[in-house]
Amino acid sequence: MENIITVEGVFKAYGEHKVHEGLDLDIHKGECFTLLGPSGCGKTVLIRLIAGHEVPDQGKICIDNTVVADSGSGAYIPPERRGLGVVFQDYAVWPHMTVYENIAYPLKMEKRAKKEIDELVMRMIDIVGMKGMEKRLPSELSGGQQQRVALARALVADPSVMLLDEPLSNLDANLREEMRFEIKALQRKFGITVMYVTHDQEVALAISDRIAIMDSHGKIRQIGDPYEIFEKPADLFVFKFMGIANFLNITEKDGKFFVGSGSQEVPYAGPEKKAAQYVVGFRPSDVAIMRKPEGKCLKGVIQRASYLGTTMDYAINIDGEVLRTEVVTHEAISQDLMFKDGEECYISFRALHWFDSAQLKEVEEL
Amino acid sequence: MNKGIKKDTGFGIAHLILFISIAVLVIFVAWPVLLILFNAFFVNGAFNAADFYAVLREPETYQALLNSLFIAGMTTIGSTIVGTFFAWLVTRTDLPYKTFMKSLFLVPFMLPSFIGALAWKMLLSPNSGYINKFLMDLFSLEEPVFNIYSYYGISAVEVMYLFPFVFIQVCGALERMDPTLEESARISGAGLFTITRKITIPLVLPSILSGALLIMLYSMAHFGTVAVLGIEQGIYNIPTLIYEKIHQSGGSFESIRTGTVLSTVLVVSAAVIIWAQQKILSRGHYQIIGGKSFRPMELKLRGLRWPLLIFCLAYIGFTIVLPTVIIFMVGAVDTYGLPLTWENMSLNNYKYILTEYEVTKDAIFNSVSLGLVAALITMFAGVMISYVIVKMKVRGKGILEFLGMLPFSVPGSVIALGVILAWSGQFGINLYNSVWIILVAYIARYMAFSLKANSAALEQVHDSLMEASRSCGATMWQSLKDIVIPLVRPGMISAFFLIFLPALRELTVSIMLYAPTTRTIGVAIYTLNEDGETVMSTALAGIALILIVVGQTLINRFTKKAGE
Repeated sequence: MENIITVEGVFKAYGEHKVHEGLDLDIHKGECFTLLGPSGCGKTVLIRLIAGHEVPDQGKICIDNTVVADSGSGAYIPPERRGLGVVFQDYAVWPHMTVYENIAYPLKMEKRAKKEIDELVMRMIDIVGMKGMEKRLPSELSGGQQQRVALARALVADPSVMLLDEPLSNLDANLREEMRFEIKALQRKFGITVMYVTHDQEVALAISDRIAIMDSHGKIRQIGDPYEIFEKPADLFVFKFMGIANFLNITEKDGKFFVGSGSQEVPYAGPEKKAAQYVVGFRPSDVAIMRKPEGKCLKGVIQRASYLGTTMDYAINIDGEVLRTEVVTHEAISQDLMFKDGEECYISFRALHWFDSAQLKEVEEL
Repeated sequence: MNKGIKKDTGFGIAHLILFISIAVLVIFVAWPVLLILFNAFFVNGAFNAADFYAVLREPETYQALLNSLFIAGMTTIGSTIVGTFFAWLVTRTDLPYKTFMKSLFLVPFMLPSFIGALAWKMLLSPNSGYINKFLMDLFSLEEPVFNIYSYYGISAVEVMYLFPFVFIQVCGALERMDPTLEESARISGAGLFTITRKITIPLVLPSILSGALLIMLYSMAHFGTVAVLGIEQGIYNIPTLIYEKIHQSGGSFESIRTGTVLSTVLVVSAAVIIWAQQKILSRGHYQIIGGKSFRPMELKLRGLRWPLLIFCLAYIGFTIVLPTVIIFMVGAVDTYGLPLTWENMSLNNYKYILTEYEVTKDAIFNSVSLGLVAALITMFAGVMISYVIVKMKVRGKGILEFLGMLPFSVPGSVIALGVILAWSGQFGINLYNSVWIILVAYIARYMAFSLKANSAALEQVHDSLMEASRSCGATMWQSLKDIVIPLVRPGMISAFFLIFLPALRELTVSIMLYAPTTRTIGVAIYTLNEDGETVMSTALAGIALILIVVGQTLINRFTKKAGE
């Protein structure tokens, strides 16, 4: 796979605050790559470093086999000569220019012929579904429409790479869902490389070919396709970051593993790595609740049953450890799973991840 | 993708802009101020603080210091009471025609206070003041009732034209204060008096104090009113004493030395006042007042509604309308002292000063051209400097931020003296007695306005707008031209007018720097009045008022349009 962007050993600090300490990253040609991490982890700094709005303190960045920033040689190519399309978090649509003028600007900077500019801009306006609005000012557009203008402006000059910095975070939920598929469709249509930065794991899973998970210290924890990231998390941080997580404390006695302080043995394969103390992690969707024991399962007591309309939410106590799960209400009714507080139940797991419990503390501090 | 590596392109330009910005501020502002400090503390090239104290202890300078403090203190107290009261009246009560009244209370801002002082001199001077004469005739009194040539007279006139500083600040705070803070106190059972004392006043206090400090600063360094009303009775404050010393001795070493010492006192007090104001405004209290506009609760004035409205109108009538009318009437009489009747009045004086009289024709031409050129230069310099301060990330910016604060704290008479020291030939360039020295001083004096307006405009322009254009292939210069300049244009235009209008009526700086052919409107009004040409002086003041009101109306119309 050919790399289009390579980041090698990049250090970046603002005063005392160290954002990146020796970051390495490769982005392949033609892929949709997402950098996913909590807010304040340095994702935006990285995208700004690649776009050329920041200069690395140390390290080297290459785009398309050209060194664009290298602390060693002092090389620095300014943003306007990096040939990237950038979409900013706040859209950065110029308020004094019409939709047409905004989208035409990159072509004007390339000094293309007027007729060619007109053709390309009108085609782009059509693609992003803004036909008939080309004379409007940004103040007359909704957030979603401004977003489309920003996308069109980033794409119109046919860049080899498009960088998107949380472009959907200012939109409402419905629009966000719609726009993320449109971004993906545009990427396929133009066959360009996309680097997308977000803290929203749903968006990342929906559009990415590969995802990199970054922790609060700017360290990359795992890179993989959406399936690997979600189903085979490299560590506890990735597991926790990718969705609501439940944990049960495990006691080890004579090589056997018991839930909490009780006597029920965990009826699944044990941990791969040695640790002093273990926890098992799982998502609410990986839990199956039953009235009668069936196959490998654990016995518990309903501590609290809550009716939430479409779903039933249960807090279940297994030998002093509490976990939460949900059952779709109509399924619960048809399968006799409407529990009341204090009733006995049985639990089985579709997937279970073993972690070192020392790591849990460490991750919680992040 | 363009191939080829160019080393650190953006940085050379950034440093060039930074360098030019620092150079502008140093040459126009820092250098003259430094010369003042140097001349105040160094005698014959050696540091001499004892001499500094000796100058301060001279009875004349000591008295001027006390006078400045006393007048500024009284003006501050008076303006704070008047400003706060009217602000409360138009924001928190059901006074009739509140919005209209609010705009009326801002009118004094437009009027130059030395023209107001001139009018009050004609109304209330002990022997010939129209009101005094009227009262003496009416009640057959031997002695005049009022004497405007006094500390109280001077302070009263300053209050009339300075109180809007407090008025604006307190109005803003009262309008933006979250009414739920007061409502929750009311729900807890507090009465209106308790709410006012425990909730409202503590919340608005920072605004009141900050407005009061502004007035203090302004009044300490204020020239016009004291010059018009005080000199006759030997009442000098710091700026008028500096003027008198320099003016009478023709710039002797002694007078310059006294001037620099007094200027140093002014600069230091200004710095202290500005520091205190920043401190007050940044205190936690202030944050409870948000940026949003709420509908605050209103006190029902009941039976007092109309009497209070009449009181407000009477105040405006007495402080604004009466002096203005007097200016136009006296400007129209053939000889000063004649009764103000229709038979004695004509437009001849106005025609004469506009078409024939060289002194006033020159003055109008000088003021208009100086105002235009100073406003243009300062506007462009201000955009550049604000851009570096607000937007650029370059090393050495801290120096500029410090230098950028300087124009805010240097009073006009200090600038004038500094400019004399810097541009009178000691350093190779002699602008003294030419119009250029006034221009240089205007640039220094109005830089603060330009920096303020332009920084505010630039802060509205988010960084990403410029970054977006860079990523679209525009160079830094292109981005400035296509994105930043169009977006800050309203700020630039408002900076232009913020400089042009005050420059039109400027007195403090130009009075220290004028030569026979380089009088400005302010200087001409003042000197004609000093020379006993009261009628000509007043007629010119009338013309100046018309120019100012027309200019202000144009700005208001323009800024309204820009806001739409």
